[in-house]
Amino acid sequence: MSGLGNITKKEIRELLTPGTFIPIIIVALIFGTMGSSIQGIQEQSLAPPIIGVINEDNSTLSALASTLLYTHANSVYNSTTVSDLKIGLETVMQHNGVAIIIIPKNFTERITKDQQGTFQIYWIMKGAGLMDTISSSSLESLINLINTNISKELIKTNSSVNASLILSPTKRLETTYFKNREFVGVSPNIIFGMLSSQSLLIPIVIMMIIIMSGSIVITSMALEKENKTLETLLTLPVKRTSIVTGKIIAAAIIGLLLAVIYMLGMQYYYTGFQVSGGLNLASYGLSLTSIDFIWIGISLFMALIAGLSLCMLIGTFAKNYKSATTLTFPITMLAMIPMLITLFADFETLPLALKILTFAIPFSHPMMASRALLFQDYILVIGGIVYVTIFAIITISIVVWVFKTDRLLTGTTNLKIKKIFKKRN
Amino acid sequence: MSAVEVKNLVKKYGSFNALKGISFSINESEIFGLIGPNGAGKTTALRVLSTLLSINDGSVTILGYDLSKHAAEIRRLISYLPEDAGAYKNLSGRAYLQFIANFFDPKEVPAMMQIGIKITDLGARIDDRVDTYSKGMMRRLLVGRALMTNPRLAILDEPTSGLDVINAQEIRKLIKSTAQSGTTFLLSSHNMLEVEYLCDRIALISDGKIVEEGKPKALMEKYKARNIEEVFIRTVHE
Repeated sequence: MSGLGNITKKEIRELLTPGTFIPIIIVALIFGTMGSSIQGIQEQSLAPPIIGVINEDNSTLSALASTLLYTHANSVYNSTTVSDLKIGLETVMQHNGVAIIIIPKNFTERITKDQQGTFQIYWIMKGAGLMDTISSSSLESLINLINTNISKELIKTNSSVNASLILSPTKRLETTYFKNREFVGVSPNIIFGMLSSQSLLIPIVIMMIIIMSGSIVITSMALEKENKTLETLLTLPVKRTSIVTGKIIAAAIIGLLLAVIYMLGMQYYYTGFQVSGGLNLASYGLSLTSIDFIWIGISLFMALIAGLSLCMLIGTFAKNYKSATTLTFPITMLAMIPMLITLFADFETLPLALKILTFAIPFSHPMMASRALLFQDYILVIGGIVYVTIFAIITISIVVWVFKTDRLLTGTTNLKIKKIFKKRN
Repeated sequence: MSAVEVKNLVKKYGSFNALKGISFSINESEIFGLIGPNGAGKTTALRVLSTLLSINDGSVTILGYDLSKHAAEIRRLISYLPEDAGAYKNLSGRAYLQFIANFFDPKEVPAMMQIGIKITDLGARIDDRVDTYSKGMMRRLLVGRALMTNPRLAILDEPTSGLDVINAQEIRKLIKSTAQSGTTFLLSSHNMLEVEYLCDRIALISDGKIVEEGKPKALMEKYKARNIEEVFIRTVHE
C-alpha cells in the first residue's frame, strides 16, 4: 500500500467513530423535522390570503377592486355595510384570515374627483415572525395589483387624469389587531420591523453565551481526561455533585462575562443601524417593566444552567480535546435552531411539531421571553422557566450518576439492568 | 487490624473479566506490592481500591470501611497516584498543591503545603507553570501531592515511572520513611529491584488472578530464585 493510501486509511479509521457521526445524525434529524414543518408554513403562505370584504360603494372602480379581491383572495366574509365590521372580523378570525377590507361609499367618487380612494384595512396579525408576515405581504401585493388596474381604468376612460393619482390612486387607513391589542394607523410590517429589531439582539447574545460557555465545559471535561487529572480529582474527598456544579458555575460565570463583552459590541453595532422615526411601542403599552427584566434574567440563568449541564453530559463522552471539538457541534446547533425559529415565526403560530421542538430546547425560552413579556404572556415565560429548571435538575442528576459510574473512565457502566437481562438469557 | 481486606474481588468490563476473584490483605504501615505483566489487572485493582471503579462481585474493606457503601469516607483516608497522571497545566506547582490541599481540613493546609513543597523538591520552579515541567519534575510534583495529605493508605501506580535513577531512589526512600511513620502503601511496579527493595509483601497477579503472594525473600527461597524477577517469570510463565 502506498504511503498516501496507508495514511488515508488510518485517518478514516480514526475519524469513523460514533462520536463523529451521532451528533451529525441528531442535527440532521432536527433539521429534517424543521424542514417539513417550515414546508407546511410555506404551503400555507402560497395559498390565497383569507380575507373579508365590505364593499359599501356600488360603482365601477369599487366593483373592479372587489372583483380582483374575490379572484385573487379567499374571501370568507362579504358585506355591503360597515356596521357588520365586528361580525366580519370575527368570521375572518375564525377562518384564520389575514384582514378585512372596507371599500367606503365614496371610493369611486373620490377617485373620479382627482382624490385618492381609501381602503380601510383591519389587519389580523397572528405572529411577529418573518413567516407570519407572508400572508399580509401577499395581500399588500394584491392591493398593488388593484391600484395598477384602477390606474389602467383611469387612463382608459380619462386621458387627462392627474399623474399623481395615476401613480397612487388609493391610500390606506390601517388598524392592526395583534395579541388582543388594537394598533390604530399601524400596519403589520411596521410592528414586525419594530419587534424584530428589538428582540434580535437577545437571541444572538444567548446563542453566543451558550456556544462559548458550552465549549468551555465540554473541553474542560475532555482536558481532564486527556491530562489524566480526572482520576485524581475523583479520588479526592469532594462530592461528585460539587465537581459537576463547580464546573457548571465556573463556565456560567465565564459565559456571562463573555456575553457582557459581546453585548456591548452588539449594542454599538445595532445603534449604528437604528432608523429614527420608528413606532414607539411604549405608547401602545408595550414596554418591559423592571420585574419583566428579572423574569428574563431568571429565564436566561436557568437556560444557561440547563445548557451547561447538557454540555457536561456530552462532555463525559469526550475522550480528548479532538473529540470535544466535534461534540460542541450539537450544542451550537441547539442554540442556533431556536434563534432561527424565533426569527421566522412566533411560538404561537408554529406548527405543533416545531412548537414541541422549540419548547423542548432549553435555550428557546430566554429567546422568546422578552417578546412574550411585552404582551404579558407570563404563562409561556414562567412555564418555560419551570420546564428548564426541571430539565436542568434531571440533566445534572444524570451527570452526577455518570460521575458515580465507571462510564466516565471506562466508557461502560455497571448497570444492574444488564445483569438482569444476562441472568434471564 | 488489616488496612485493606480484599475478598474474591471480581471486576468486569462488559464481557471481559479483568479481575477473577482476587483476595489479599495489607497490614497497617505495610508496603504491599502488586506486580504482574501488562494487562494482568494491576491498574484495575488499584482503581477499584481508589473508589474509581465499582465492583461486580466480592468485597473490599479499607481501614474498616466497606468500599461499596462508604466510598466517601474512604476518600478522606486514601491518596491515589495514577501511573500516567497529570496536573492542571495552567497552574503553577504551588497552586496545584494548594488546590489539592483545599479539599482537606483548612487547619492542616499550611502543614500540607510545607510537606508537599519539600517532597517535590522543585526549588524556585515550584512557582512556574506545570506545563513547563519535565516528566521527572511532574512526577515529583504528583508524588508530593499524593503524600502531602498524610494519607492512611497511599495507592501508587508505578510511583517512580519516568524518573531518573537519582530521583527514583529519593522517592523510594520517601515511601519507606512515610510507611515507618504509619502510612500503608499499596503499589504496583514493573521494576523488580524496586519491588524487592520497597515491599514488605508482594502479590503476583496474572490474567486477573493472584498466582503467588508472600514476602519477597520467602518467595525467592521458595522458587530458588536469585531475585524477584526470576520469581515473577517462573510464576507467570511456567
